[in-house]
Order: sequence, then C-alpha cells, then structure tokens
Amino acid sequence: MKYVAMVYANPGAFEALSETDRNAMMSEADEYLKKFTDSGELLGGGYALADASTGKTVRVRDGVPAVTDGPYAESKEQLAGFYLLDTESLERATEIVTNDPAARFWAVEVRPVMDEAGTEM
Amino acid sequence: MTGQAGARVEDLLRQLAPQVLGTLVRRYGRFDIAEDAVQEALLAAALQWPEQGIPESPRGWLITVASRRLTDELRSDHARRRREETAAAQMPADELLAPSPADEVPPQEDDTLTLLFLCAHPALTPASQLALTLRAVGGLTTAEIARAFLVPEATIAQRISRAKQSIKESGIPFSLPPEPERAERLRVVLHVLYLIFNEGYTATSGPDLQRSELTTEAIRLAREVRRLLPEDGEVAGLLALMLLTDARRSARTRPDGSLVPLAEQDRGQWNQEFIEDGLTLVTGALSKTPVGPYQLQAAIAAVHTEATRAEDTDWPQIVVLYEFLERISPNPMVTLNHAVAVAMVQGPQAGLELLRPLDDDDRMARHHRLHAVRAHLLELANDRAAARTSYREAARRTTSLPEQRYLKARAAQLMDDA
Repeated sequence: MKYVAMVYANPGAFEALSETDRNAMMSEADEYLKKFTDSGELLGGGYALADASTGKTVRVRDGVPAVTDGPYAESKEQLAGFYLLDTESLERATEIVTNDPAARFWAVEVRPVMDEAGTEM
Repeated sequence: MTGQAGARVEDLLRQLAPQVLGTLVRRYGRFDIAEDAVQEALLAAALQWPEQGIPESPRGWLITVASRRLTDELRSDHARRRREETAAAQMPADELLAPSPADEVPPQEDDTLTLLFLCAHPALTPASQLALTLRAVGGLTTAEIARAFLVPEATIAQRISRAKQSIKESGIPFSLPPEPERAERLRVVLHVLYLIFNEGYTATSGPDLQRSELTTEAIRLAREVRRLLPEDGEVAGLLALMLLTDARRSARTRPDGSLVPLAEQDRGQWNQEFIEDGLTLVTGALSKTPVGPYQLQAAIAAVHTEATRAEDTDWPQIVVLYEFLERISPNPMVTLNHAVAVAMVQGPQAGLELLRPLDDDDRMARHHRLHAVRAHLLELANDRAAARTSYREAARRTTSLPEQRYLKARAAQLMDDA
C-alpha cells in the first residue's frame, strides 16, 4: 500500500530554529531518507517545496483558465515537503514517519494513495 | 527478432531460471552472487537467442555463462580474494570455456522447491519475499517486477539486495527445511504465491493490464509446486483457487476499467479451461487429503462457477463451506463473506445479525468492506436510507478508485430511485 507523507510547517519555521537544531535536522533528515530508501519502503526520495508564495494557483471555470500568484498565507501551516512510502500497512507507515525529524519539530500527515486496483464486490 | 521467438525464449528462460540458479548455488555457494550472475545470463540469453537461435543445450549455455559471470565477479572482488581462491579451487578449469557434460543432463534433484523455501524464508519481510521469489524463481527482471508493483526499479533492487543480505547474514542453508518445520514453511511459500496472485488479480484493466503478468506467473509457480508436491492438498487447493478466480478475469471489469460484481458478470466470458482444471484439482484434493483453507476457498469459488446464472448459485452449499472455513481458519473477512451467504439463504436480516460482532473489532469497523457488505444487505432488506449511508461510508474508507466509483454509484442510484 502506498502512502504519501506530507510535512506541514509555518513559512519561516526552519529559520526560526536554533543553528544546532537546524544542523541536527538536516543531517537527521538525510539519514532518515537513506535508511528507509535502503529498506525499500521509501520511494524516490523526498521533495522539499519552495515557499507557497513562489507558486501559482490554477483554476479553470467554464473553460477559462485563471492563474493567480501564491497562495500567500504567511502565518498558516503550509505543505513544506512530501515523500512516498510503500509499506505493508498504515501502522508501518506511521512507525517510519515517527523517525522523520520534521515530525519532531512540526507535523507530518500520512495519507493512503488511492489505488487503481480493486476487487469485485 | 519475431515476437513469437521472443515469447518462446522467455518461457524457456523462466522455466530454466531456478534450475540454473540451483546448480550454481550447489556448485559455488554464495546465493547472493549466484543470483546476480544468473540474472545476467538470462538477460544475455533474452537478447541473443531470439536472433541467433536457441543453443542445443540451453541449460548448459546458461550455466556456463552464469558461472563465468560469477567467477568474474569473485575475481574482481579483491577484498574477497580468499573466497575467490576457494571457489576457483572447487571449479574445474574447462568449465569456464564450454558446457561440461554435467550441464547437459537434467539435475538429479529439482532445486525449485529449495529456492522457493529460501525466498519465502521467515527472516525476510513479505515485500522482500515477493520480490526475491519473482526474480530468483520466476526469472523476472528487476524492471519487470518494479513495473508490476508500480514502484521505482531502485526500490525493488533494494528489496532484493536486502533479502539476499539477510539470507547471507542468517547463514540460511541451501537445503529443504527439516521435516518438523516443513509444513509451516510451506504455508509461507504458498502465502507468497497467493500474494503475488492477488497483487495481479486486483489490478483492473486499462493502464494496469501488464500486472496480469503477476497472476500468470503465480499460476505458473503454483503449477511447479504442484508438480513437485503432487500429494499436498493445500498446494492443489491454492492452484485451484487461483485458476477458478482468474477464470473470471475478463468478465470482472468493463472496458473502462470499472468493476463488475460477481452477480452481474457475463458468465459466458469465464475461462472454461481454467474452471475445468480448477474443479478437477479441488475435487481430487477434498476427497483425498485433509481439508485446508485454500481447498475450502477453492471449493467456494467452484460452487460459484458451477452456476450458469447468478440466481442458480447453490448458496446453502456455500454457507456450509464458510462455516467449515470459520472453524479451521477464523478471521473477520471470512465472517463477512459468510454473512453474505447466510443472507442469500435466510434473508438479509440474518446476514446483518452476523455482521454485528464485527463492529467491536477495531480494524474491521474501519474497513470499507464491512460497510460495503452492510450496505448491500440493507439494500436487499429495502432499508434504502441506511443502505445509502453505508455505501457512502464504504466509499469514504476504500483506497481503491474502481471500488470507490462502484460504491458511489450504488449510493447515487439509491438516491435517484427514491
């Protein structure tokens, strides 16, 4: 079963950490990604996202696309990064994520990825 | 290269893969390196044979090429010079040059079973057991396995290398498990094959069609085990279950990939050859060997296939089989299916009664299938509002897109009809 682990943090949260915490977090994050990539449970590495204000939001209404800057939500928790897991169960996925340093400082949401497979009911 | 020649070569390679690997492991030890060497030899054969023709002794060719790769690997590995010397000493020099006469004759023992036991060793994680079985016994490439499981190739490569590392570190011998352990270990082997089958079977049509390769491979491996252990009732039961289930393949999805429930399938599309084989196997096993869970599940599938129309299904017989199954192998999923069968015989209320205890089971209460079955029984009981709520709850909890589409459609239909 595949799960996506999404790291949520306030913009600027990383800078707000002490230098020691920042360094610890960086090296722990590398170790974390390596450890579970090697176990064959973390797929394709982790992706950190640029600040939400650097992106665009797309809406198409009645065939007319509207592309806006942002979002700008300086104070709210935003999706800061994500990675994909493939594990036996949600329990195993959450067990892995407890090792993510981002979970210690902020929050990591683990959600099942919908599958194209299914059985006749 | 013609496609036909390619397919013929592929069939032959998959059949020879475990024999060649077995020979190499017996000769040199070092399962981990031998397995890589055999993969390389298989790849070389897959490229050369369709063009240049199949060699006179395909098995000997593969053993020679794989042995050469293996010794190259040992040679190039300076850190392991000692082991290289040991291996080289064990190997006659001419073996590196041409197939030895020993390679031409079929081996005395078939190593396929030993390899299956090794790949399904309890020291490995289930994901590694599956990947290693498909590669070492099935002869599939890492890329093919990755495509079938929809994960990156690097992930499968990691699972395989970790599995081989665990085998090496645990010092698991290359031999059949001792008699007292064998029955239990065989259960794991069968479970691995069952999981491979399921992974392929639950894939729908369309873009995931290639995953049907997994069901084909699982059936092929189950046939191999059956050939090697013809007296085992559960081996026959598993093969029968796979055949009777896979017989429904083309009827279970619409061209757009949506799922067709069993009761609505066009039974004319079912694969009669698989059904006949499955029926023969399960009937034979049930009459001759102690009954087991795979045989019972196969027997239930057999009752379904024996009904030309859904309304002709012998539900009382299915109820009896589920009662048996609950006794020897109780689990909440069996209870669920039992409830459906009981509802078909005694009416939906009786089925709903059987579901009630499952609400107390934490895992089950969150599982979409409990809600889907309850919705179905409520619909049969004409409690449309409650059925709609349960279908929606099931749709919310499933992680399968085709299932979700089906469940939402049922909920919407109840709304439209109201």
